[in-house]
Amino acid sequence: MRILKEVFEAAWPICVGYFAIGVAFGVLAQKAGLKPLEIGLMSVFVFAGSAQFIAVSMLSSGAAAASVILTTFVVNIRHLLMSSSLAVHLNGCSRRFLFLYAYGITDESFAVNTMRFREGRWNAYNALAVNHIANVVWVGSTVAGGFAGQFIPGGSFGIDYALSAMFISLLVLQTRGGIYVITAILAGGWSVLLSLFVPGNMHVIVASLFGATAAFGIRAFLDGQRGGSRW
Amino acid sequence: MVGIEYLLLVAGMGLVTYLPRWFPLFFLSRKPLPRWFIQWLELIPVAILSALVLPDLLVAGDPRQIEWIQPKSLAALPTFLFAAKTRSLGGTVLAGMLFYFLVERFLPS
Repeated sequence: MRILKEVFEAAWPICVGYFAIGVAFGVLAQKAGLKPLEIGLMSVFVFAGSAQFIAVSMLSSGAAAASVILTTFVVNIRHLLMSSSLAVHLNGCSRRFLFLYAYGITDESFAVNTMRFREGRWNAYNALAVNHIANVVWVGSTVAGGFAGQFIPGGSFGIDYALSAMFISLLVLQTRGGIYVITAILAGGWSVLLSLFVPGNMHVIVASLFGATAAFGIRAFLDGQRGGSRW
Repeated sequence: MVGIEYLLLVAGMGLVTYLPRWFPLFFLSRKPLPRWFIQWLELIPVAILSALVLPDLLVAGDPRQIEWIQPKSLAALPTFLFAAKTRSLGGTVLAGMLFYFLVERFLPS
């Protein structure tokens, strides 16, 4: 029971955010001509919020399937980094487990599970449970949005801000020490700048790689000057 | 019911989304990783979070431009302070929604 409680404690902030965005997506997709079943199928197959929003807006403007798929790939390639980072915590898990786990890697589940893993009292199965609770909420709320969209007013109770607030909080919680502050400033600053010039989502992966690598270099340089004791 | 073309579309979208999620997990978690690589990977979550959240708060419009003063960025300050003070994820989500609600409501636009 205690484990169940911990899993729900970890999952509910994600669920609030997914519910809000999921319903919004369902409404939009329904307006773009998708049936609730089609909306649910996309949520089950893809399970990636921003890519689904983009896909629906492309579909409603008559884009070809191939270009929708290519755009989805570009938008979601940032998961490469999250998957690499999670591999540290899932070392030694069975192949079957990893097949299942990979399905549930999203920005939000990645961030929440990473924080819990770092706190030390988390295991692969708890993390998998969080992934799948989030998945059920996502699929359910997108379908619900498709059915009942027009009755739910958009932007009620500041709910549009749920995921932003969650990311702000996670960023604060994960910034433990100077090198993390440097990483955050470099990655965030570059991401803002790049987003102005690069369409789509590529700025996230490029800025993350640059920020982490530059901060890594800075730390190596500083440690070198101090005689490398902290390595 | 659902057409075959649509099924192929979402299956294709699913495949290209799944592969980047699965590939590193599968190949990196089978053997111990070099120490420098783990130390680099440790910086990745903060980098991704910051790279996701800052444009979300500061960049708006189409074409995109920086908007320093807007509801999302204004609500971010108290949300940030609340998170630093309480270190509570769920509490910050609720507080952030309240701040955003108040900013949207009372900001002269």
